[in-house]
Amino acid sequence: MIAVVDYGVGNLRSVAKAFEHEDFEAMVTSDPAVIRDAAGVVLPGDGNFGAVMQNLRETGLVDAALTAVKAGRPFLGICVGYQMMLDSSEESPGVSGLGLIPGVARRFPRRAGLKVPHMGWNSLESLADVRLLEEVHEGDMVYFVHSYYPSPVDPAGGAAWTDYGCVFPAVYCQQNLMATQFHPEKSGKVGRGIIRAFGRICQC
Amino acid sequence: MLARRIIPCLDIKNGRVVKGTQFVNLRDAGDPVELAAFYDESGADELTFLDITASHEARGTVLDLARRVAERIYIPFTIGGGISTVDQFRDLLKAGAEKISINTAAHRDPALIRQAADRFGSQAVVVAIDARRVPPDDDDMTGVPRWEVYLHGGRTPTGLDAVETAARAAESGAGEILLTSMDADGSLAGYDLDLTRAIARTVPIPVIASGGAGNIEHIVDALTIGEADAALIASIVHYGTYTIAQIKVALRERGIPVRLEASCAYMPAPDVP
Repeated sequence: MIAVVDYGVGNLRSVAKAFEHEDFEAMVTSDPAVIRDAAGVVLPGDGNFGAVMQNLRETGLVDAALTAVKAGRPFLGICVGYQMMLDSSEESPGVSGLGLIPGVARRFPRRAGLKVPHMGWNSLESLADVRLLEEVHEGDMVYFVHSYYPSPVDPAGGAAWTDYGCVFPAVYCQQNLMATQFHPEKSGKVGRGIIRAFGRICQC
Repeated sequence: MLARRIIPCLDIKNGRVVKGTQFVNLRDAGDPVELAAFYDESGADELTFLDITASHEARGTVLDLARRVAERIYIPFTIGGGISTVDQFRDLLKAGAEKISINTAAHRDPALIRQAADRFGSQAVVVAIDARRVPPDDDDMTGVPRWEVYLHGGRTPTGLDAVETAARAAESGAGEILLTSMDADGSLAGYDLDLTRAIARTVPIPVIASGGAGNIEHIVDALTIGEADAALIASIVHYGTYTIAQIKVALRERGIPVRLEASCAYMPAPDVP
């Protein structure tokens, strides 16, 4: 069973539905025991970094999430969920992230002609040979909505890169830690391929 | 590279999809959930549902529709029509909508844009502007075209300038402008390119051109001459004149970046009345 972490923010049903439609069992949950014992954990997120981190802490789910990570369970952060895995974000100075990926979320450069938020379909380039992307092809397009982008200290975790004013790792994969800045559950057939791949990773 | 978006618009009345000519003489064009799933499969980048009767009949929101659509499709969708409170935003976003479009309410209560953007993020707030070209004044020697904002599905003039209204909406936190030319809407004679370009050049947020798409060249023009980030289309796909794939292949041949999944190219036209 894949646990979709519910900390009272946003629409989580779309994420759970995406797994169910691919015949994986998924549950939207705020139960720490369920998250600790799940075959895989998905941390969705949208909204303000500081607000979502505060919500996550208030629901007491941080320890459960970190326990699952330490146990080596597949862990997937989506959108702000990815940014929450970093140390911090320029969106909310002084607020700590989960610290799973060394690095910060940075704001897109303020520059004429670069519309922020980065909203719409953009391509994945320089794909790494990782299981999460085994159904994805170079140049495939996925759906982004964000004003801050992940900037990990070590670029080695970057598994697919996207160019919008700057080049950032749209997909991160390092052992059991996985993350996408875009929304696989809203990214058509390409996104479904990523959902399926994560489901398979959770099965073994 | 960020793709330009093709967004079928499904006007909803009594739970069915309709598309009017100049917003009257509505015709039934199918079940919204089925049609949404079809457009997702055939390569639409987003969908927009507008409850066109909601504003003036004080109809409730289309929560149930949002839930059923979210359960079926894998692309983002926007819901608009009669939404006037932050709580309605919350409920529709929770039901699975990606964005909420507000029109009349944004003019009646300008603070709503700011409140919704602060709470849900700018990306969730689309401000819809229905504009009509102002006939040139005999005294006006500048030759610069002007457009007036209309409310209630194009029935109520406001006296407000469309370009200034769009700029104010963006400053208040809107994440996108859905711009409909009331002159072009339903005409199938092409988008109002002057209007689209005037607003696209003014606001720092994406502009969706709407109203008037009758053929693929019109869409090309809206995205190039009109400088729009996305094109809203209705009749030309609802009635099967073109498939989404045909449109996108043509756009790509013209050098416009689009998202084109290989398997979409052979989807047949929809079977709609």
